[in-house]
Amino acid sequence: MRFKKRASALIFHLLIIAFGFSMLYPLLWMLMASFKSNQEIFAGVNFFPKAPTLSNYASGLKGVSGYSFFKFIGNSFLLAAACIIGNIVSCSMAAFAFAKLEFRLNKILFSVMMLTLMLPFHVRLIPQYIVFNKIGWVDTYLPLIIPKFFATEGFFIFMLTQFMRGISNELLEAPRIDGCSTWKLFINFIIPLSLPGLMTVAVFTFIWTWNDFFSQMIYLSNPSRFTVAVALRMFVDATGQSTWGALFAMSCVSLIPLFAFFVGFQRYLIEGIAAGGVKG
Amino acid sequence: MKRHAINKPWEAYLFLLPWLIGLLCFTVIPMVLSLYFSFTRYDMAKSPVWIGLGNYVAMAKDPRVLKSIKVTATYVFLGIPFQLAFALLLAVVLKKPRFGVRFYRTVYYLPSLFGGSVAVALLWRQVFNKEGIINRLLALVSIQGKNWIATPDTALYTLILLSVWQFGASMVIFLGGLQQISQDIYEAAAIDGASKFRAFFTITLPLLTPMVFFNLVMTVINAFQAFTPSYIISGGTGSPVDSTLFYTLYLYINGFKQFKMGYASAMAWVLLAIIGLITALMFGAAKKWVYYDD
Repeated sequence: MRFKKRASALIFHLLIIAFGFSMLYPLLWMLMASFKSNQEIFAGVNFFPKAPTLSNYASGLKGVSGYSFFKFIGNSFLLAAACIIGNIVSCSMAAFAFAKLEFRLNKILFSVMMLTLMLPFHVRLIPQYIVFNKIGWVDTYLPLIIPKFFATEGFFIFMLTQFMRGISNELLEAPRIDGCSTWKLFINFIIPLSLPGLMTVAVFTFIWTWNDFFSQMIYLSNPSRFTVAVALRMFVDATGQSTWGALFAMSCVSLIPLFAFFVGFQRYLIEGIAAGGVKG
Repeated sequence: MKRHAINKPWEAYLFLLPWLIGLLCFTVIPMVLSLYFSFTRYDMAKSPVWIGLGNYVAMAKDPRVLKSIKVTATYVFLGIPFQLAFALLLAVVLKKPRFGVRFYRTVYYLPSLFGGSVAVALLWRQVFNKEGIINRLLALVSIQGKNWIATPDTALYTLILLSVWQFGASMVIFLGGLQQISQDIYEAAAIDGASKFRAFFTITLPLLTPMVFFNLVMTVINAFQAFTPSYIISGGTGSPVDSTLFYTLYLYINGFKQFKMGYASAMAWVLLAIIGLITALMFGAAKKWVYYDD
């Protein structure tokens, strides 16, 4: 009986590991390939590099169009930081109103907000582009940042509203009776109590901004403003397939911040996914 | 005792102000403009010219529109069932806290974390190339592989595989749902002599259907808007012979390559209609299979 139990546990682990390894195989292979010479990448099936080299990283980090790859990483970080601030400020304000304040249109406006979650962004895309173009914002970060300060990410409002509804009303009553203003209530009580929710917003904003390709490609055209996503594609166009090694090296570099955020903030990420059913 | 309102009504609107401005400036007005553009010919250089239903009529006759709808629908309806099935299976298998489970969950989640990136799309292009790693592994067992990315019959399936590969996020959602199911029900079922297999189909699955449904709706809506894999893997063209021409990619080509802003706007509204229709159908069908407690 005990033997049977052990054997089935062993089979369980073997199966899970084998399947997991085959899933991660492409990623691991890319990581290994980034340390191989270009000839070795295109020959044979060996997993580990025969003569590990850092030359791919050296040539990849030189970047494209005269800008080092670090520049693009810096751009992506700046953009993500601005989007995080915008989302946290604007979405937490809206969520507070929906979750804790009383006003006649609360239910209706909340439904409107949920409805916007289902809209494909393409119905807004073209007029937005045309207007941003008219006012000279194309080829700046403004079209990517400014909307975030106006709570355009409905999902985060939804998530924070759920979170703030969980804060007990009794807890807020005492400061209320002491004459605490609504604004002070928000800053001194709601915000500190919502910190885990706000962390989740920050982590998701980072991942989405880092991975976003479509809007960054549309709005950014000067290489000095390129983000990692746009630069990677340019890299392929500029160098072709002859330098897969350098491309893989830069791909790995581009995934490191994602991985670091994941490892550091796993708890918030998992909670966010479980709370709202979004993809990471 | 009459309960005092926690706030003055105008205060609530003050907190909502950024969102209200955003709703007006970045959603409502653009949508109205977009609807108007969809009835015009507009290249951004000259003013829009009203052509009535011209764009919509042209769309109905445009073989590339029909092709892109077919490609996108195949991508959505072939990929998502597999994605959700894998997610559910692994969630059930990795539900029990036992040695190594936390690590395994992380491993299966990682593709979802990286999958949307340009880096992984580029990697996919290499993996399924003629000299790609898949073919080299196949060669070990003496199978001659082809260039999966450049063959019209198989190119789309590499994209579908890329989406199925990212089942981890759904798995995490299901894990959250499974953990909410009370252990008492299973114990009661076990006392009544129900097998684990039977318990899964009569307890776990029905209780999980609301979550499966929510996941299905959100995944379908998102999948219809997928762009990066199609753009990167096909080099921005939807090649070979339009076999990976996603609807959003064709919309992008019309709007931002050929500056047919009117046509692209019409395409956006048809996309909205398609997504709306399918969402409504899913909600209608939900009554038949989604289990609600109350």
